[in-house]
Amino acid sequence: MTALLDVSDLVVDFPTASDGVFHAVDSVSFTVNAGERVGIVGESGSGKSLTSQALMRLVPSPGTVSSGTVLFDGAEVMGFSAKKLQKWRGSQTAMVFQDPMSSLNPLMRIGRQITESLQEHLGLSKAESRVRAIELLQRVGIPDAESRLSDFPGAFSGGMRQRVCIAIATACSPRLLIADEPTTALDVTVQAQVLDLLDHMATELNTGVILISHDLGVISSFCDRILVMYAGRIVEEGTAEQIVGDPQHPYTRALLASILKLSEPIPRRLKSISGAPPLAGRRASGCSFAPRCALAVDACLTIDPALVDTVNGRPGQKVACGVAAPAAFEFAEGATAA
Amino acid sequence: MSSVLLEVDDLEVTFRRSAGPGRKAASVPAVRGVSFQLEAGTTLGIAGESGSGKSTIARTLMGINKPSGGSMRLNGSDVGALRGRELAEYRQTMQMIFQDPYDSLDPRMKVSETLLEAIKLRKNKPASPLGEVYQLLERVGLSKSFASRRPRELSGGQRQRVSIARALCVDPRLILCDEAVSALDVSVRAQVLNLLKDLQEDLGLAYLFISHDLSTLRFMADYVGIMYLGKIVELGTRDEIFERPQHPYTRALLSAVPEPVVVDRTVRLPRVRLTGEPPSSTNPPTGCSFHPRCPLAQEVCRTTAPARRVTSSGQLAACHFAEPELVVAEA
Ligand SMILES: Nc1ncnc2c1ncn2[C@@H]1O[C@H](COP(=O)(O)OP(=O)(O)OP(=O)(O)O)[C@@H](O)[C@H]1O
Ligand SMILES: Nc1ncnc2c1ncn2[C@@H]1O[C@H](COP(=O)(O)OP(=O)(O)O)[C@@H](O)[C@H]1O
Ligand code: SF4
Ligand code: SF4
Ligand SMILES: [Mg+2]
Ligand SMILES: [Mg+2]
Repeated sequence: MTALLDVSDLVVDFPTASDGVFHAVDSVSFTVNAGERVGIVGESGSGKSLTSQALMRLVPSPGTVSSGTVLFDGAEVMGFSAKKLQKWRGSQTAMVFQDPMSSLNPLMRIGRQITESLQEHLGLSKAESRVRAIELLQRVGIPDAESRLSDFPGAFSGGMRQRVCIAIATACSPRLLIADEPTTALDVTVQAQVLDLLDHMATELNTGVILISHDLGVISSFCDRILVMYAGRIVEEGTAEQIVGDPQHPYTRALLASILKLSEPIPRRLKSISGAPPLAGRRASGCSFAPRCALAVDACLTIDPALVDTVNGRPGQKVACGVAAPAAFEFAEGATAA
Repeated sequence: MSSVLLEVDDLEVTFRRSAGPGRKAASVPAVRGVSFQLEAGTTLGIAGESGSGKSTIARTLMGINKPSGGSMRLNGSDVGALRGRELAEYRQTMQMIFQDPYDSLDPRMKVSETLLEAIKLRKNKPASPLGEVYQLLERVGLSKSFASRRPRELSGGQRQRVSIARALCVDPRLILCDEAVSALDVSVRAQVLNLLKDLQEDLGLAYLFISHDLSTLRFMADYVGIMYLGKIVELGTRDEIFERPQHPYTRALLSAVPEPVVVDRTVRLPRVRLTGEPPSSTNPPTGCSFHPRCPLAQEVCRTTAPARRVTSSGQLAACHFAEPELVVAEA
């Protein structure tokens, strides 16, 4: 079976001040099947948003996709003509951007922003698109949907704006939906409602869903498969059970340990992962997590671990850590010692 | 017992919605009779439905929205009656930190310029403003070298630290945090929350802390208010709200929190769902606003709005049936 989306060795570069380039996304590969829910987690700056922008060919300049392939239904997206690209984006895919205000026009009434997109992409008439717009807003739990069509975005609360963007994105029943932090501004009951809507799209309409979030709670309750990103790379991947139940990478473990849970006693201070991720363009040799890693050994400073099968024998789980899985050092590019 | 710093009594905020295609002009009662007190040096956490009026309360305290009824008293004086210098001083006692520091920091200004501008507003000018800038940066855990950076050269967590430093410039007693850490990932969020706690301890700050993240709220807050459709439907100490929630909406909210646990994949998203239409704010349901969605609703709920009263487990709840025998063991 061909995957709906097949991304391999995707690299996104940004120029650095010193005339070099830095790989903001570094050799990222993954697939999304029709009806599959894939989650991407990681700290901010780890490359989650750029990965999704890259596969839609929406990387902001001066960034460039310097290598990699993106196959959609087996067709190379990187080779699409401008016209084909636009048609593909509008009819087959949809994207919910991280910042709802950036995708809404503050000077245009909400109704018009939705109906215009329906008329353009679905060819609906004015009257039809209005009816559909009301349905869509109701589906994401916006009360008084009909009368709110005449509001400007400023009269919506933060969470309502986010839901408007979700409503627009789900309107055309896309085959691939990318949602970048779609629930950060929502209360948990509305969040659950939005996740149900995405779930419905995956289950009933066979939409492939990529959910990007730094909230492992949201990701693990929704996704079939999880990619953990760190400094532009996938450092661990597996099913939700594997990542939450038996994490192998020290970063995944630290991420899980720093989550506050309602079911646990309130700590006096919160744990955080000490140190900070490498600054853009200042990636040292070796494993990029080494400066913050409690398990680091000498080899970590020189060998950049490859993403390999884990040693816990769980099919499909992969990790890029030479201590958790020695093969990660053996198969590292340019490895001299193991 | 600490002293009351802020007293909000029966606050009403109503927006006017203009007529448009397919709708008549209407008024939107966004905040409907909200009352709470905030003691100096403590944190009141607010959570609740999206669109229930949380940000509107914060914006009204800051003078961005105008109240249409009720009163706000700061250190005993009625904020609505303040004019001129007194109003300016009041404004400084209270500072606000927003969700997206991108919006609130001027992208063209260096961190030092942003902070110096805020320091200028202070009543007692410091001898060395730049020295003060460095001290503030140190307070929020940033080195001196950050003074010359601009917002786009900062990470999300660093930007939020700068927003906090700017809020501290005028020596506030109260900081309103509206989803101040929601955009930060868990690790950075933890650092900023620890910082806010340290500042509270050192400077005796009070916080009005609005967040959808209930575990963050539980960590930060001494008292918690839960909002639904413009009203605080339950208000109590942290333990009362989290250990013994009484209001059916609060319980629905707490049961919807997704936690990273290994779930049985055959029972997808095994959470309690709120069913029914979300309520209209221009035309709120009769009786208890929550009745169309409440699993416990009875006839009386449709006709009579429940008064807020003290329940036998201590907190205030606006529900006809908030009695201890209703407390189902939340195992
Ligand atoms: N300027 C405005 N004009 C008209 N209505 C407004 C305006 N600002 C807010 N509202 C309405 O007031 C209500 C409360 O909004 P508010 O922003 O306080 O919600 P919130 O509780 O902060 O929600 P969220 O959790 O989604 O941020 C909403 O129904 C909103 O649409
Ligand atoms: N327009 C841009 N110019 C320069 N660097 C950028 C730009 N957009 C993103 N980056 C850099 O690329 C990296 C990944 O960014 P992003 O994908 O937005 O992270 P995430 O979504 O995981 O928070 C970061 O180091 C970020 O600073
Ligand atoms: S390779 Fe070394 S530094 Fe990197 S995560 Fe594994 S143990 Fe830590
Ligand atoms: S008053 Fe009635 S409808 Fe309202 S919360 Fe209580 S039981 Fe539910
Ligand atoms: Mg992002
Ligand atoms: Mg808000």
